[in-house]
Amino acid sequence: MACICNEKELTDEQKYKQLKEFIDENKIKEGYLIPILHRAQAIFGYLPPEVQNFVAKEMNVSISMVTGVVTFYSYFKTFPTGRHTITVCLGTACYVRGAKKILEALEEKLGIHIGETTEDRRFSMGVQRCLGACGLAPVIMIDKDIHGRMSVKKLEKILELYK
Amino acid sequence: MSEKVKVIVDGNEVYLRKGENLLKEFRNAGYDVPGLCFYEKVSPTGSCRLCVFKRKGAQKLETSCTTTVTEGMDIELFTDEIEEYRKGILNLILSQHKHDCMTCDKSGDCELETLAYRYHIDLNSEIYPNIYDKTLKLEDSSPVLQYDPQKCIKCYICIKACDEIQGKHIIDMAYRGNNEIVWAGLNGKWGDSDCDGCGECVQACPVGALLPKDAIGKGRTWELEKVQTTCEYCGVGCQLNIYKKDNEIIKVEGVDAPANEGRLCVKGRFAHEYIHSPERITTPLIKENGEFREASWDEALDLVAKKFMEIKQKFGPDSLAGLSSAKCTNEENYIFQKFIRTVFGTNNVDHCARLCHASTIAGLTKAFGSGAMTNTNTGFKDSDCIFVIGSNTTEAHPVISTFIKNAVKKSAVLIVADPRKIDLTKYAKVHLQQKNGTDVALINGLMHIIYKEKLYAKKFIEEHTEGFDDFVKVIEKYTPEKVSEITGVPEEKLYFTARAYARAKNASIVFSMGITQHTTGTDNVLSLANLAMIAGQIGRPATGVNPLRGQNNVQGACDLGALPNVYTGYQKVDDPAIQQKFEKAWGVKLDNKIGLTVIEIMSAASEGKLKGLYVMGENPMVSDPNLNHVEEALKKIEFLVVQDIFLTETAKFANVVLPSRGALEKDGTFTNTERRLQRVRKVLEPLEGTKDDWEIVQLISNRMDYEKNYKDPWDILREINKLTPIYGGIRPERIDIGLQWPCPNNEHNGTPYLYKDGNFSRGKGSFTPVDFIPPAEIPDEEYPFILSTGRILFHYHTGTMSRKVNALNSFVNTGYAEISEADCKKLGINDGEMVKIVSRRGEIITKVKISDRVCVGSVFIPFHFAEAAANRLTNDALDPKAKIPEFKVAACNIIKI
Repeated sequence: MACICNEKELTDEQKYKQLKEFIDENKIKEGYLIPILHRAQAIFGYLPPEVQNFVAKEMNVSISMVTGVVTFYSYFKTFPTGRHTITVCLGTACYVRGAKKILEALEEKLGIHIGETTEDRRFSMGVQRCLGACGLAPVIMIDKDIHGRMSVKKLEKILELYK
Repeated sequence: MSEKVKVIVDGNEVYLRKGENLLKEFRNAGYDVPGLCFYEKVSPTGSCRLCVFKRKGAQKLETSCTTTVTEGMDIELFTDEIEEYRKGILNLILSQHKHDCMTCDKSGDCELETLAYRYHIDLNSEIYPNIYDKTLKLEDSSPVLQYDPQKCIKCYICIKACDEIQGKHIIDMAYRGNNEIVWAGLNGKWGDSDCDGCGECVQACPVGALLPKDAIGKGRTWELEKVQTTCEYCGVGCQLNIYKKDNEIIKVEGVDAPANEGRLCVKGRFAHEYIHSPERITTPLIKENGEFREASWDEALDLVAKKFMEIKQKFGPDSLAGLSSAKCTNEENYIFQKFIRTVFGTNNVDHCARLCHASTIAGLTKAFGSGAMTNTNTGFKDSDCIFVIGSNTTEAHPVISTFIKNAVKKSAVLIVADPRKIDLTKYAKVHLQQKNGTDVALINGLMHIIYKEKLYAKKFIEEHTEGFDDFVKVIEKYTPEKVSEITGVPEEKLYFTARAYARAKNASIVFSMGITQHTTGTDNVLSLANLAMIAGQIGRPATGVNPLRGQNNVQGACDLGALPNVYTGYQKVDDPAIQQKFEKAWGVKLDNKIGLTVIEIMSAASEGKLKGLYVMGENPMVSDPNLNHVEEALKKIEFLVVQDIFLTETAKFANVVLPSRGALEKDGTFTNTERRLQRVRKVLEPLEGTKDDWEIVQLISNRMDYEKNYKDPWDILREINKLTPIYGGIRPERIDIGLQWPCPNNEHNGTPYLYKDGNFSRGKGSFTPVDFIPPAEIPDEEYPFILSTGRILFHYHTGTMSRKVNALNSFVNTGYAEISEADCKKLGINDGEMVKIVSRRGEIITKVKISDRVCVGSVFIPFHFAEAAANRLTNDALDPKAKIPEFKVAACNIIKI
């Protein structure tokens, strides 16, 4: 999938045009709904109802089928995501070293729960079962950066790094 | 049927059909194998795991619903181990199901409840605590049904019923996994989705998760009395099981009958409450000084008889006329036309078939010798190519459209020719968006290609048809370039259609008002007949020329002679031998002059030639074209009698109104669009003060010195059998079979498809050369838009019944005009704005609905709504042969107000 994150923000019209071109190239392929939804999410950042509707219409499939697929895969987002994604590790090692407290602190600080995005769209938050960095437990990941040996105290400073 | 093979089940030898579904075969063989996610009409899911079995010696359990029968299977089915396993599964399902059986509407009719009882499930078990998600909310946004996710067992049956049976796929499973839930459209709300309320999902649901909204709290199935009857809405003729309690309809289910295979639409399932409407008339009304007053039956009937007699004596028989009804039974239509012919002494009898399929009868009779649908409703499922032209099947004949959609799913090629982007275009390979009224050119163009590419059925044409050479001379002129120019259809689409239709193994033509309601209606129909013959696509199952009839009994009303030129069974009034036969049977002298048609009756009335009119169950004040003219005519008529269940727009002009009964209150028969005679049963006790239509006609007849005393409808049917060859064998004792005419005698089993092996009713099929003639009125500077009218799913004909149904009104409650976005932009009109639409004949004010269904320059207005009556605008220019008016093309203008 082409990376388009460095390009400057497109207008909605341009986004739909891009998506339509991709659909037109691929819609006759059997079972191509998922790749098309991937592309749609890459273009729009998430899959709001309008985009799901657009995909259904253009592919001549039912809307509920599209929604069924979108709601099945946790990869697909139906709400906009923040500029930065925080992933709290809740794997065994992190858990016993207080990951839950970190999670609660984050929830309080940002005013959002797992799977949600702050109103200013700065942060989205999610959890993972294990990030494979147990030696650094407890661990959080922001975008692609791993932050180990986390404590509630350290949180503030680290979040400041991500505007 | 496939061969039966030996299978060992729990040590016993049984014979099951090879290759068939194992669960189905178990059940057929008498094994009561449980299965909650199995529904015979949809593909197996295999999700509930209750139907498991074990092959001898095997370790794992398999689901029988997803297995086919093979020879030599040795199966364990009801061992203790497997039964224990089933119990465990049931415990798990029940642990996620809300146990409110005591107050649940489904109790007694619930498959889960039945199994819980059968397996003695402990609902208070500590091992399987009841852990359904109490936060899930009841989904009740649909006007007709509700979904309770707390009771849903995720069997997928509803989803498959919507997709595989009805072909709609409105619902699907969302959030699959622990939180899965049936989801309608985008946001999960049925009311916001494209759901049209057919209720197929409700009928299929094995538990109480999906329920018909109106029936809730009104009684459980075992408290209700069930009566089977024929749906009183459209011509598909669906069989209904009506559940009633205390003379009130509680709910309706589709019956697995040949006409509908258990399917229904929103009207058939949810739209019968009009019969309980307080607006029903329950006493005869006589107009005095412009006001109605109540009268006794005797007084009203005496007056009617006296006035009709006076008019007949003073002005002669031809000053009288009658409009029969496609909503009434066969027996009532028979007795009505007999009354007009014997007592009035005229052939001035017609009905609303004139406004829908008069051109079909004229055209198909000329080409084939008989004017009805050649094949069957369900036959479309087996077609390889279906050519739908001028039929918005999804809205006008909803259940037939599901059979077409099933065919598409089985990879049939669907071609839709319609100026509008109707629902079926979504399923079509090609949409030919021809300009309104250019059908003859289009069809000639297709035949030109078939001829030039030598795709025509040479042998069939030589052996079974005549007139081919003259006909070819005409189609030769319709080259693809020329046709494309006239119709606006690109050439490649013409080629695709011609080839697909001609090459298909079995191809069907489906048409309706878009073909017939033109000044060239008969020509259009003749062209379609030519098309079927040139490709040899007729005389076999799943082929043919299939006019879809509109009203529940419009086929029957035509068959029973409620037409000015024929007696029953299309026996001509101007044929001396036939005339003699009926004179002898009826005991009076009969007129051999062809009578007046609907539109001619109105014209004669406005010219003052027609003095008395008897209308049974029709509403020309909404249904006829050029309503201002109709209004003028009705006002001029000296004595107008209207017999109806409501005080209709037409009844308001009457001198006497006679309260009759609805189809749900009487016995008799209807003939559906596929020529099938079906039983109409008295579901409800009739409203006090009303009488059956046939009885009212008989009472008037007796007062006008033509004594006849039929005891019941079957008395009348026996007389019909005697006089009508095509109905000869459809006797009262055989009406429950659903025989299709022609059925000449008691030994005959009816005729599912006509013209077997090319044997046409008239001998040889006749090719008629037809040239293209433009519509009577085309847009000009003053009236630049093309207006066409038609039906919508949620209302019916003149709205007399459907508009008194709350559920239907919550879908659509008033008229509107579909206009394209481009036209609206140009005129500065917004969606939902009121506009004035004017034509040379009248004007109406209605709401704009911006729609991509109509093309630029066109307006579509449904004709059901008297307050914005499309027929104030329509053109009453007639087809010269069939006298059908041109509802589908009129010039109009849109004016912003």
